[in-house]
Amino acid sequence: MRRVLIWAPLALFALVFALVASGILQPADRTVRSAMVGKPLPGLDMKPLLATKPGIATADFARGKPRLLNVFGSWCIPCIAEAPQLLALKRAGVEIDAIAIRDTPEAVQAFLARNGDPYARIGDDPTGKAQIALGSSGVPETFLIDGRGRIIDQHIGDIRAEDVPAILRKLEAAK
Amino acid sequence: MIAESGLAALWLATGFALMQVMLAWGAARGADSNGAPMVMKALRRVAIVQGLLALGAFGLLVTLFVQSDMSVLLVIENSHSMKPLIYKVAGAWGNHEGSMLLWVTVLAVSGAGVALFEKRLAPATLAATLGAQAAIAIGFYAFLAFASNPFLRVNPPAPDGQGLNPLLQDPGLAFHPPTLYLGYVGLSVAFSFAVGALLMRDVGPAFARAMRPWVLGAWIFLTIGITAGSYWAYYELGWGGWWFWDPVENASLMPWLAATALLHSVSVLATRDGLRAWTVMLAVVAFSMSMIGTFLVRSGILVSVHAFAVDPTRGTFILGLLGLYIGGALALFGARIGTVKQGATFELVSREGALVLNNLLLSVILGVVFIGTLYPLVAAAAGVQLSIGAPFFEKAAVPVGLALVAATACGPLLKWRRDQWKALLGKLLAPVVVAGVIFAVAFALAGAEHWMAVLALGLAAGLAVASVLPLVRRNLRRTPIAIWGMVVAHLGIAVSISGMAADSAFKSERLAAIAVGQSVTVGPYRIELVEMRPVVGPNWSALEAHLKATRSGGAPFDLFPQQRFFANPPTNTNEAAIATKFDGQLYAVIGQGDGQGRWQLRLWWKPFVTLIWLGGALIALGGLLALIGRVRRERRDAENDA
Repeated sequence: MRRVLIWAPLALFALVFALVASGILQPADRTVRSAMVGKPLPGLDMKPLLATKPGIATADFARGKPRLLNVFGSWCIPCIAEAPQLLALKRAGVEIDAIAIRDTPEAVQAFLARNGDPYARIGDDPTGKAQIALGSSGVPETFLIDGRGRIIDQHIGDIRAEDVPAILRKLEAAK
Repeated sequence: MIAESGLAALWLATGFALMQVMLAWGAARGADSNGAPMVMKALRRVAIVQGLLALGAFGLLVTLFVQSDMSVLLVIENSHSMKPLIYKVAGAWGNHEGSMLLWVTVLAVSGAGVALFEKRLAPATLAATLGAQAAIAIGFYAFLAFASNPFLRVNPPAPDGQGLNPLLQDPGLAFHPPTLYLGYVGLSVAFSFAVGALLMRDVGPAFARAMRPWVLGAWIFLTIGITAGSYWAYYELGWGGWWFWDPVENASLMPWLAATALLHSVSVLATRDGLRAWTVMLAVVAFSMSMIGTFLVRSGILVSVHAFAVDPTRGTFILGLLGLYIGGALALFGARIGTVKQGATFELVSREGALVLNNLLLSVILGVVFIGTLYPLVAAAAGVQLSIGAPFFEKAAVPVGLALVAATACGPLLKWRRDQWKALLGKLLAPVVVAGVIFAVAFALAGAEHWMAVLALGLAAGLAVASVLPLVRRNLRRTPIAIWGMVVAHLGIAVSISGMAADSAFKSERLAAIAVGQSVTVGPYRIELVEMRPVVGPNWSALEAHLKATRSGGAPFDLFPQQRFFANPPTNTNEAAIATKFDGQLYAVIGQGDGQGRWQLRLWWKPFVTLIWLGGALIALGGLLALIGRVRRERRDAENDA
């Protein structure tokens, strides 16, 4: 018994050591993915933010063609960085809808005038309720929706130029 | 030139540390030979020079920051020429590389202190201790040189620096890390003493007496560091809380718990020659907790606001060092402790018995905090993401802590070796009565919902009475200073716990959005938003609320909470406004506006919350008194020896 007790601290430390070593070698993935990926879109019914574009309703996404749903804010700096990639996707024929989080029509109007306008529809989410329903934890985020209104993927953070081909491939596969 | 001199001083210090290990080896092996006194003399001097070199390197780094030398990468990344002088100085350790240099400097200077002041320990044990201290230093010198060089230059120099995190630009925080480091690394001396004693099979009262002042000193700094850190988090973060069970807070609490246990067990070893193996174990654990605490949270493995060094190379390097030192010491413990003879024994009801109980309870709390801090890592290994928060720690640690309060009340009332239950119960009469009365009154006021806090209030009141009982019927002038130290420290625990319990049971909180001219109530206060206005500081601008607080029958007073915007680097901070009254603090935070003239206002009335930190200061003061008493006693004994 005494022998066991004497070596117990070393054994305990060895265990902690192994644990920490595994933590260093394989850093944990801390991105919080949406639990909605693979499921149908939640019921969304958002008013239009701009007078010139329609708002967003879940029914719009079940019309046979895959679409992107971009979660953004005019107050968000990475959203400016991803604007050229969204425009490139639009030029490639992708239809992109957007949810504006806690935003105002004037600010979004100015944002689109400055950075280009890739969006077909923009829904107004003044309280972030729709964002929470989607399981999105920040801006920008982009959801890939297939032709039957199911979420097939979630892109967290700004879309970089190197991400564009993969997104196009996934949309193609979802057809 | 300054940066190069600093680097040279570091390399020289490494060389001296290597020499120190070799001399220690020689001195420990040939302790009986004729040349031994010469070797010991050389060893002491080498240890002192090593300490001075490390101190010099650190001084040079501070000089680089004071001069805003923008050809040095670390200065560019963590300072700015426009910054007030105090934050330029603090910038030297407010980053990974600089704090590592500070860490190893304290380590080397502590070793020099042992070489300079330790006169009574057996030479072979002292030599082994100094050797162990140098061996630890070598590893961290290597880490600085190969993975965290603070003196790295860039070419061309930058026009100016990037600034220091505004949250850290606070006079309290400027001196918080050095204080904690003195505590953390001061425990390295206890660790080295334990390794030295194990190597030389010399675990006894002399070793305990040599170690005790270092443990006390480190513990005082840890106490001050934790208390100050808690107050900083309280007023700077603007969240109204004073302890968040964040991994870094836990990292400072764990060595403190181990050091508190060690402090008590080392007394048993020094006075009664008991608890030999346990004391050695605690000395190893205390510094191991310091190392795990400092590095684990910085490694980026655990999610924490304090993570500096998210760099796998550094993490692996540090982990290797931890494995070497902690694993080595624990292996040495396993191999040698069987040959250490059993110390003196004692009865269950005795001062020793109470101290063992204290140690057990402290160890349980330490275990709870350790498991809670590391559990997310275990879960991550199993593929689950989770975080452990305050509810776990409060449920698991607080009841044990309350049992500890009760034990603290009993311990000093017991005699060494053997005492009677009846005698103890007789002495406990007054504390128990006071505890009962306070419990009943608090229960009537707060209700059953806060029963744990109410129980804590009662126990703290009992402890407050019990803690001064050792002074009763004593000639106060002739009472040893160390006894005063114990009394003050235990009283401090009672005071601090009263503050925590009062805050938890009686605080009131109010969240409101009000326009200028409107008012809300919180606790006994009515608070009016008089005005919102912009103000400008040296390197920030702010939106300031003018609040007028009135308590029925009292004169109104003003509060000015701010939302500050820093330009370098761009950051927002909340400056809470805190009004301290004799019976608590009124705490106000101003939030966002809603664009229609209403402002978010968050208010707390926290009765007697200041007692938390007042108690912490008393605990540290008690430690200081005990340290003075012990050192004077040692001096006298050393003179009698000679």
